[in-house]
Amino acid sequence: MSVETVAPAEADASARQMDLLRFATAGSVDDGKSTLIGRLLYDTKSLFTDQLAAVEAVSAARGDEYTNLALLTDGLRAEREQGITIDVAYRYFATPRRKFIIADTPGHIQYTRNMVTGASTADLALILVDARKGLVEQSRRHAFLCSLLRVPHLVLCVNKMDLVDWSQEVFEQIADEFTAFAAKLDVPDLTVVPISALQGDNIVSRSENMPWYEGPSLLHHLERVHIASDRNLVDVRFPVQYVIRPQSTTVTDYRGYAGQVASGVLKAGDEVMVLPSGFTSRIAAVETADGPVDEAFPPMSVTVRLADEIDISRGDMICRPNNAPAVAQDIEAMICWMDETRPLQVGGRYAIKHTTRSARAIVRGLHYRLDVNSLHRDETAGELKLNEIGRVRLRTTVPLLADEYRRNRTTGGFVIIDEATNRTVGAGMIVEAG
Amino acid sequence: MTATAAYQVSHLDALEAESIFVMREVVAEMERPVLLFSGGKDSIVMLRLAQKAFAPANIPFPVMHVDTGHNFPEVLEYRDQRVAELGLQLIVASVPEALTKGLVRESADGMRNRIQTPVLLDAVEKHRFDALFGGARRDEEKARAKERMFSFRDEFGQWDPKNQRPELWALYNGRHHPGESIRVFPLSNWTELDVWHYIARERIPLPSIYYAHQREVIERDGMLYAVNEFFRGRAGEQPFKAQVRYRTVGDASCTAAVRSDADTVEKVIEEVAATRITERGATRGDDRVSEAAMEDRKREGYF
Ligand SMILES: Nc1nc2c(ncn2[C@@H]2O[C@H](COP(=O)(O)OP(=O)(O)O)[C@@H](O)[C@H]2O)c(=O)[nH]1
Ligand SMILES: [Mg+2]
Repeated sequence: MSVETVAPAEADASARQMDLLRFATAGSVDDGKSTLIGRLLYDTKSLFTDQLAAVEAVSAARGDEYTNLALLTDGLRAEREQGITIDVAYRYFATPRRKFIIADTPGHIQYTRNMVTGASTADLALILVDARKGLVEQSRRHAFLCSLLRVPHLVLCVNKMDLVDWSQEVFEQIADEFTAFAAKLDVPDLTVVPISALQGDNIVSRSENMPWYEGPSLLHHLERVHIASDRNLVDVRFPVQYVIRPQSTTVTDYRGYAGQVASGVLKAGDEVMVLPSGFTSRIAAVETADGPVDEAFPPMSVTVRLADEIDISRGDMICRPNNAPAVAQDIEAMICWMDETRPLQVGGRYAIKHTTRSARAIVRGLHYRLDVNSLHRDETAGELKLNEIGRVRLRTTVPLLADEYRRNRTTGGFVIIDEATNRTVGAGMIVEAG
Repeated sequence: MTATAAYQVSHLDALEAESIFVMREVVAEMERPVLLFSGGKDSIVMLRLAQKAFAPANIPFPVMHVDTGHNFPEVLEYRDQRVAELGLQLIVASVPEALTKGLVRESADGMRNRIQTPVLLDAVEKHRFDALFGGARRDEEKARAKERMFSFRDEFGQWDPKNQRPELWALYNGRHHPGESIRVFPLSNWTELDVWHYIARERIPLPSIYYAHQREVIERDGMLYAVNEFFRGRAGEQPFKAQVRYRTVGDASCTAAVRSDADTVEKVIEEVAATRITERGATRGDDRVSEAAMEDRKREGYF
């Protein structure tokens, strides 16, 4: 089926059955990222006339030759004044099949922090390259960051095909080169689409200018890419967020463990183990405000009740006796440093937030710093500065209930907080917990 | 929750789960949260999510209304009824009271949008709130598109957009020093249409002004303002009767209505799905002042 025009999300019940896809966009300056986002919003009728009029007015006043769609996403005064994107902007659009959340992240190396942030929650990442320039250093860095953050689906858009005469040869050369590079990074799913963001080719419908391309249009792919199986439904991990104990005369003796399922499927009757204590019990019920549910799975927020009274509090983890995360104070992790004022240093002490658990940690060692462009490992590095990535060893004050990030993005990721400034200064992905 | 055999959830369920998670994080980690409740649809949805997050226990925090004194009577009535039903503590931060006390002065144009900020900050300080739930959404406005779920405010309530904390995965950093606070936006990822779909699905009652009704209005700058004690026509402006509804509910002196025949939630959804103008663009005189009007107000401590 070719999608000619896309109706806005319908009012009927089917609209309520749409699912949700989060994607991050990355590209170098002028590759056409803003144009592409503007095009997606426009063609799905998610762009409003007053937004467009405001952008046109500002563009005209600045003497821009064309309506600068970048002004749509560059919402801060400083961004408009400097003509650059500083921060992650979130955009929303929907088709009858799916609701989409775009994390629009600026591409330059000084914004690695923002790209890592956008990629951390993304189901899919969209990387743009200019067909005339082919792969550049930044394209490889963007692909590497997506693989580091384990974004399950990657789409390479070869843009500005109109400027290379819609050449199949140009496209295939770029596609081959990128595919070879992605294979080294262990990217699970890669799709490459030749597009013209400006003219709308292969965005909503298949382009007549490129009959040689047999794949789907970009939107067709975004609407149909299978994301349900990206979730880990095997390892039961339920980080306890909050204990619900009503102080009420009508509801007595109620004790429920509230949280969001990180992975796995929970149901009444299941044998469970609670960490770090190691006590075991059975699930008496999985409840929501709308009543009990048969099964809970990610990303549901539920309340779990257990058959036995055991002492459980925030930061504990409900799992299965024969499938549990590591209970570990020695953590090996890849860190992306995000603080411009002070670098990460060996011996440094920080606060850590991992699932619903907080701890303090000391940096015991820095194995290497990674050059994000060449992937070269510098083992002589003594610190990590803003936007630098390296592998470190941490020792925590209390055990973390942790999985490898590559197996579980929720129980494998953590943030580092500076205890003096309270700022979030780093993102960590657990490689090994033992 | 509506789940299929394939362990899938709808986008509304995913949004609901995320919002509930955020609300529970706040209650688990912060000392004195409060929910900003205006009687507008977003804060009404937020209140429903709070009910769900802590059931069968009661909502474990009070609600606060920043009252500009320019209210729609239907909305005040709704507010009081809802608060009574849920047994909540309601705190009213009153702009008219602050005017009497001389804490703030009426602005030249009579709009109270800017002067409600010091009144809000004053109440936050007095009650020592450290977390404020707001119903703002990122799809509303371009400065809001850059907001965090947990948005740090310094001791003056100010937002520094260039100095925001990175927000990774679902790990929210609410740490702050005494006097500082966090604004929390559980509906960040909802759109206007999502809110309406949710209102329909959950059968949430709303103040009647959200649905089409007859009202005496004046047209100014292409917007329809209701004639009431806070808004009177200038010379040359002719009041007339029109079939209208409100898309947003704010200060009655600067919130405009839109022409509409949508008198049921289903019809409103149809209308919202087809509309080509943003809700703030269609209804808020206060956002039209400049390109960065919202960013500037937010920097000062506005929601
Ligand atoms: N010819 C052509 N120009 C394009 C295309 N996409 C974007 N551009 C132009 O490339 C320039 C940079 O685009 P922009 O979207 O601002 O790039 P960004 O920096 O990645 O956001 C603008 O002049 C666009 O009009 C395309 O597909 N074809
Ligand atoms: Mg741009």
